[in-house]
Amino acid sequence: MTRINDNAVSVRGLVKHYGDTKALDGVDLDVREGTVMGVLGPNGAGKTTLVRILSTLLQPDAGEATVAGYDVLRQPRQLRRVIGLTGQYASVDEKLPGWENLYLIGRLLDLSRKDARARADELLERFSLTEAARRPASTYSGGMRRRLDLAASMIGRPQVLYLDEPTTGLDPRTRNEVWAEVKAMVGDGVTVLLTTQYMEEAEQLASELTVVDRGQVIANGRVEELKAKVGGRTLRVRPVDPLQVRPLAQMIDELGITGLAGTTVDAEAGSLLVPILSDEQLTAVVGAVTARGITISSITTELPSLDEVFLSLTGHRASAPQDPQPADDRQEVAV
Amino acid sequence: MSTATATATVPVSVSDTPISLRAHLRHTGALVRRNLLWIRQDPESMFDAILFPVIFTLLFVYVFGGSIGQSLGGGQQAYVQYVVPGLMAMMGMNMAQGVGTGFNTDFNSGVMDRFRSLPIGRGSVLFAKIAVELMRMLFATAVLMVVAVLVGFDITHWSGLLASVGLSAVFGSALMWVFLTLGVIMKSAQSVQAMGFLVLMPLQFGSSIFAPTDSMPGWLQSFTDYNPLSALADTARGLMLGGPVAHSLWVTLAWSVGLTAVMAPVAIHKFRTKS
Repeated sequence: MTRINDNAVSVRGLVKHYGDTKALDGVDLDVREGTVMGVLGPNGAGKTTLVRILSTLLQPDAGEATVAGYDVLRQPRQLRRVIGLTGQYASVDEKLPGWENLYLIGRLLDLSRKDARARADELLERFSLTEAARRPASTYSGGMRRRLDLAASMIGRPQVLYLDEPTTGLDPRTRNEVWAEVKAMVGDGVTVLLTTQYMEEAEQLASELTVVDRGQVIANGRVEELKAKVGGRTLRVRPVDPLQVRPLAQMIDELGITGLAGTTVDAEAGSLLVPILSDEQLTAVVGAVTARGITISSITTELPSLDEVFLSLTGHRASAPQDPQPADDRQEVAV
Repeated sequence: MSTATATATVPVSVSDTPISLRAHLRHTGALVRRNLLWIRQDPESMFDAILFPVIFTLLFVYVFGGSIGQSLGGGQQAYVQYVVPGLMAMMGMNMAQGVGTGFNTDFNSGVMDRFRSLPIGRGSVLFAKIAVELMRMLFATAVLMVVAVLVGFDITHWSGLLASVGLSAVFGSALMWVFLTLGVIMKSAQSVQAMGFLVLMPLQFGSSIFAPTDSMPGWLQSFTDYNPLSALADTARGLMLGGPVAHSLWVTLAWSVGLTAVMAPVAIHKFRTKS
């Protein structure tokens, strides 16, 4: 089997239809070895279908795909040996204790009893689950389950790891834990294909992004490039006196320090939204506010939501409804 | 999108790296351990294997025993001798039905995706399930024999008992492939159970398990004659208590081999290609 090219994952013209629904409609994708590729898109964009085809759980109607040089259709077994899969829903056996879950996967991956035991101990330790090792996974919290799931994906030391919406449904604190684990795994040199609905998650974890909608790739490139296209971040400035929102907006507009779009007033929240492209612009806004002596209660930066990404890339909103960015996604900025 | 079913248009190549027999055994063994740990985690799941033989034996012996026993030319005791080998035949069937519902639930959990994305022969997931259910079936049979002896069952041929247990296991595993297939292709555990009930009720009662077939109408007798459960029950009777077994033994074995030969590949194929 010849590789399409030297990428860890290479996808050409992948098509998968369910009746009239085109889950994938000619997708091309390349993931370079040792990088994290984020696949960003709303529910129903085809992200999970893509992951299932690349893990040999589903067969495409047309197109080809190789992972680590193995063809998804012709060499499924060799391919399965080099991948790790963490599904949208934690794919661990809830009735089994954490340790038994990992030992089972180790044995199924042809480790000797001794090696499977050692690997289970090692990974429980690494994912901070040693204390819960003997408890059934059904007693685990959501975050612990995802960590166990990640640990299970790592048993075979995969070359390519699929993370299918690894933090969907998790609270912000738990999500940060999972992100930290994923970052550590990336540090080990594994290639990651990450699907997500959140720009923030993509920014945190991925170096490159592919944006998909209705089974088609609508944009791809490095995260910075796409962010610049989208318009970087948004500053939310809230003066103590809500009546100062409008004068403040006028002042900032006059200074000409905003990004692509102008400022917007969020009267309901009593705050002002300022799109910015750089840290220099952030500093300039803060400086201007201070110079005018306006007392502010908070300044936060917000990442563009999936909706804003879609709006600026395609001119239309994402085709399926999705959860709004939770409020906790905002990062406090020291003023 | 993951719940939608799709037909595979490209055949899965099995020639890329063959899995050795040893690897198959290791994988099946690891999965058997998983299913046994379930029982340890949830001992209540063994209740049916214990209560089923107890309740059925007591019900049939004390409710129908007197009257059917009379027509057998004895009393309740004659019926004990008649019905216990039949109940043994039934045990495999009831355990087999449970395989389908259990497997369906298991299949719909995320862990099955993980198994299917591992480099294992996908059949080992099914073999492990059958191995564990056979253990449960043997356990239930042991309980049945204890209860049977307590209500006065008299075994004439102990070697015949062992042979009947073996034969029930062979036929039981053949039925398990049928129910595993249902478990894979049907959408919910409830529908698997309902389907199993519909198929099994006529087979179970339209047989020689509970009563001799001579007094049944002719059309029903022609059904019971080909009913594998009749054959299995008659064979078990002959083996344990003495009597002709050759014909019914061949019928049972033919059914077992036939069902396994057809349904095992179907079950494995459906499991392999389900999306």
